[in-house]
Amino acid sequence: MSEQSQTAELTANQTYNAEHTNTNNGEHSVSYGTYFMVWLGLVALTSVTVTVAGIHLGSLTLITALLIAAVKTTLVGYHFMHLKFDNIIIKIFVMVCLGIFLCLWILTFADLSFR
Amino acid sequence: MANGSLAHEVSYLKYEGKHKGIAGWLLTLDHKRIGLMYLMAILLFFFVAMTLGILMRLEMLTPGETIMRPSTYNSVFTLHGVIMVFLFIIPAIPAVFGNFMLPIQIGAKDVAFPRLNLFSWYLYIAGAILAIVSLFTGGGAADTGWTFYVPYSIRSAQNVTMTTLAAFVLGFSSIVTGLNFVVTIHRLRAPGMTWFRMPLFPWALYATSWIQVLATPIIGITLALIILERLFGIGVFDASLGGDPILYQHLFWIYSHPAVYIMIIPAMGVVSEILPTFSRKDIFGYKQIAISSLGIALIGYLVWGHHMFVSGMSDASRVVFSLLTFLVAIPTGVKIFNWVATLYKASIKFSAPLYYVLAFIFIFSIGGLTGLVLGALSTDIHVTDTYFVVGHFHYVMFGGMGIMFFATMHYWFPKVFGKMYSEKIAIIACTVIIIGFNMLYFPFFILGYMGMPRRYYDYLPQFQGWHVLSTVGSWVLVSGIVFMFGNLLYALLKGPKAPMNPWGGTTLEWKVPSPPPLENFEEIPVVTGGPYVHDKPTYIMHPGKEGLNGNGVVKTANQENAI
Repeated sequence: MSEQSQTAELTANQTYNAEHTNTNNGEHSVSYGTYFMVWLGLVALTSVTVTVAGIHLGSLTLITALLIAAVKTTLVGYHFMHLKFDNIIIKIFVMVCLGIFLCLWILTFADLSFR
Repeated sequence: MANGSLAHEVSYLKYEGKHKGIAGWLLTLDHKRIGLMYLMAILLFFFVAMTLGILMRLEMLTPGETIMRPSTYNSVFTLHGVIMVFLFIIPAIPAVFGNFMLPIQIGAKDVAFPRLNLFSWYLYIAGAILAIVSLFTGGGAADTGWTFYVPYSIRSAQNVTMTTLAAFVLGFSSIVTGLNFVVTIHRLRAPGMTWFRMPLFPWALYATSWIQVLATPIIGITLALIILERLFGIGVFDASLGGDPILYQHLFWIYSHPAVYIMIIPAMGVVSEILPTFSRKDIFGYKQIAISSLGIALIGYLVWGHHMFVSGMSDASRVVFSLLTFLVAIPTGVKIFNWVATLYKASIKFSAPLYYVLAFIFIFSIGGLTGLVLGALSTDIHVTDTYFVVGHFHYVMFGGMGIMFFATMHYWFPKVFGKMYSEKIAIIACTVIIIGFNMLYFPFFILGYMGMPRRYYDYLPQFQGWHVLSTVGSWVLVSGIVFMFGNLLYALLKGPKAPMNPWGGTTLEWKVPSPPPLENFEEIPVVTGGPYVHDKPTYIMHPGKEGLNGNGVVKTANQENAI
């Protein structure tokens, strides 16, 4: 192995280690302000859920509640659970889970909507 | 974990580290010892549930009361189902042999999270203890059947709360094990072991683990809702409070149908290990078998509604679920055809594990084809809730997973314990088991077709002949099982020492001593080819000694100096 390629390998390792340390220590540059805004968003969405529950939307009531819950889950996963900082494989895992969850919804509603 | 050279020289059975004696087992972090602890617990529960099964068959020998009262019969079939499903079938192959073989087969020293692994065993034991305690407290053993259907499970005076709590705890054990395996397979494969160089048993475990991680939480929540419904009457499932009892069935089967694949996919993985070994050739259609495991796992997720064709579900969803059910046959058929093609023109060596595998293919095919009868809307209505369903279930579960559990024990027994058993007795026991199995369960198809309902304590006189045949079959089956375990137990105590590779296997577990040392490998091996290649070596077991680096490439002068 040439000296140049060894240097490149070392640099790559150091970069990896630096990123890894960052992740382990949770030193992502997220301000408290962002967390607070997300939290406010979650509280607002909860209020919307409660409000919508009191309005007679027929079969749309359940769908609306589930959609709001999905948005809240995304916010929690993305910001609080640091999905935005994770590498692609973790994001794929989450997408697979959400995809299957969506299938479960659709198939259950295929019963409820046509019963 | 151990240090120094001892850890890769001394057998895991003899190694004494920080803790000795029984503590050396109960506090072990070694995946092999944890696998064996699972084996002991699982076998204990298997024998308990088997005894309950024999008692049920004895009761059905004659119409009316034979040996127990109707309420006792309800509790006995519930316990038989709960113990067999949650304590034996689901964890048996993944928890015992997955734990033992997965790290070795992928060239790792242990699973990714050894402490979590031990924790999952304790969760399993805690769940089992709760199930046992539930028998003697709060009104007696649950009598709902293993499905805990509402509204009866909400209203039953028996101790349903604790039994569901037990299943809830057992579910967590399953999730933790699944999570551990997914991470282990992603992170700890040996250098050179690409996804398509991985043996098919780890592939099967990978598919299974995903189901465990994704589906088990749903049953956890559902069972928790049953408990809340019983304790506080929250009204999610109770129609009198505005709830939907069919929603319970949806949630229960969203987990419990994929759970059927948690049970069978690892068994299929072992079939794919045994066949190339005893065929002396590479497996036919490696990639197709690997991908079909994921295919079964994925489609298996979407077919749960076929358990509810007569529950009042909408017509639209019945058609959709029936169609999806038929689609599962495709990846399953891919496996069966590839297995048979592996045997074609092979140098077959007939040994006990192969006999079990051949029996599995035959029996599982009957189970699969009768599944199509149940998956088709019109025929399902005729046989639903009859002995036909019970027959189908036992053909796929016992004939599938159970028979393959026996095959697995025979295949890896020399590796796990370092002893050889009598092949002759093993083959005789296998034959007795297969005869007994078919005598016991095949009459169920006929009884079901004739209209004998499942879970009934009593029956009309015209059904008695088939019931007698079935009960006699249970005696034959149990004789074979006792014979088989007797043979293995004798081998454990007095069997001759097993060589490193008694069957001529090509995967990594056959490259380490029998039984394996504590840390499995002296050096992490380097993989250079597929897992079932018989005519050339595809593993470098001592890359360091052969002057190779961790990637199987010749070491450079700088690396040598660094070392």
